[in-house]
Amino acid sequence: MSKEHIVRSYSEELRRLTTLITQMGGVAEAQVDTAVRAVARRDADLAALVIKSDERLDQYERDIDAEAIRMLALRQPMAGDLREIVSTLKIAADLERIGDYAANIAKRAMVLAQMPPVRPAGGIPRMGKLVQEIMKDVLDAYIDRNLDKAIAAWRRDEELDDLYTSLFREVLTYMMEDPRNITACTHLLFIAKNLERVGDHATNIAETLHFVVVGHSLKTARPKGDTSSFAVVTPQCGPPAASDQEET
Amino acid sequence: MRFELSDRSSGDRATPGKITARAVDVYYGAKRALHNITLNIDGNRVTALIGPSGCGKSTFLRCLNRMNDTIDICRVHGQIELDGEDIYAKTIDTVQLRARVGMVFQKPNPFPKSIYDNIAYGPRIHGLAQRGPEMDEIVQSSLERAGLWNEVKDRLKEPGTGLSGGQQQRLCIARAIAVSPEVILMDEPCSALDPIATAHIEELIDELRENYTIIIVTHNMQQAARVSQKTAFFHLGEMVECNDTEEIFTNPRDERTHGYITGRYG
Repeated sequence: MSKEHIVRSYSEELRRLTTLITQMGGVAEAQVDTAVRAVARRDADLAALVIKSDERLDQYERDIDAEAIRMLALRQPMAGDLREIVSTLKIAADLERIGDYAANIAKRAMVLAQMPPVRPAGGIPRMGKLVQEIMKDVLDAYIDRNLDKAIAAWRRDEELDDLYTSLFREVLTYMMEDPRNITACTHLLFIAKNLERVGDHATNIAETLHFVVVGHSLKTARPKGDTSSFAVVTPQCGPPAASDQEET
Repeated sequence: MRFELSDRSSGDRATPGKITARAVDVYYGAKRALHNITLNIDGNRVTALIGPSGCGKSTFLRCLNRMNDTIDICRVHGQIELDGEDIYAKTIDTVQLRARVGMVFQKPNPFPKSIYDNIAYGPRIHGLAQRGPEMDEIVQSSLERAGLWNEVKDRLKEPGTGLSGGQQQRLCIARAIAVSPEVILMDEPCSALDPIATAHIEELIDELRENYTIIIVTHNMQQAARVSQKTAFFHLGEMVECNDTEEIFTNPRDERTHGYITGRYG
């Protein structure tokens, strides 16, 4: 798509649409980053900020949908233009979901901030960092139309899945050690799951970019590292419930 | 009553190689209008020819029933076969050929005769039927296939030129169908019609491909996308790319095709 359209306003509209995606991607990245920091710092104010800002992403999605639908109706795009415009609809939906996960993480961060800290919380920033790297690479790849970068990021999602599976086991073990940890640990588990889902949506964007650039979808299946669905953690000793009851 | 063509879903059968063009060159005097065109056209399919003005798509279309023979300075080289038979062979009778390969033009051009006689003319000169019930049958079934019967059945004696533009074009399609062609060539058949009349013609094209092979030249790319299964892109006398219509309009291989269909041409 080196050449400009004969109708210049068409090219301008396309540029405006991709700029909206770029801006929305930046906001989504910042939301995930802030949410993870709120968990790590046990900062309820920061978390509240994330929840409040989620509306911005929703607004971006509405704007992008409206603009894309308008262009589909009025320009009747073909070939590369068609792929470009349809992809913005998909990417906006992915980014909006990422925003929802960030907001959910923030809500749980507010709860966690009121509870005594639990040890596995240390794993969250690590997952958060990886997820942010993947998102950044995917969004940069979108801006530069850099397919290699997108595919490399797409592959890194497996690392994220591995991190999630190991965190899952750790949290489960911790819950079994002391039932008083269960509330906080459940929130951690959901936070980790949310980050894992953010990674999945980032890989969706990489796949969409592949379609935009090449014209067909990524053929090979994405490497899957999340085996937590099959994880079983058995307690080392008998349930501590009986002795607890005796004490009270 | 409407003449029902066979069920559309069961009729999705392409017959490969209905028309084969091999290394076709066309000259108008010293000017070479077509360069080395090789193209296979499937039967029972709609093939759209697209490309900018002067790219040679109409010239190619007119080669398929030797309409170019009527132009003195026009020379055609290469080979074009219809069902494996060379249509430029000495033994070919062009009148018979044009009965097998009918044509519909940009502007509806009904004869200045009655609606009935517009249809009956072809079958009569080709000796398919004379007057009487046999001819009535041909006239009715042709008008039915062209989706025009219900609108004109009570005024068959009125002049064809009194119909609306869209009706006139369907009359011309009925006229082409009346001599039982195998192939129908359409050169911009909707460019003089409004959107509703265009929709009627497009619906008709979709129905006709059950029984005919259709090749349509159009400047309207949305129309090519809507009605055809195969699309060929012509540019400066060359056939740049021919592929499934879906592929051409979502993921064309050639940069020139992409430029043209997305409006980045030139």
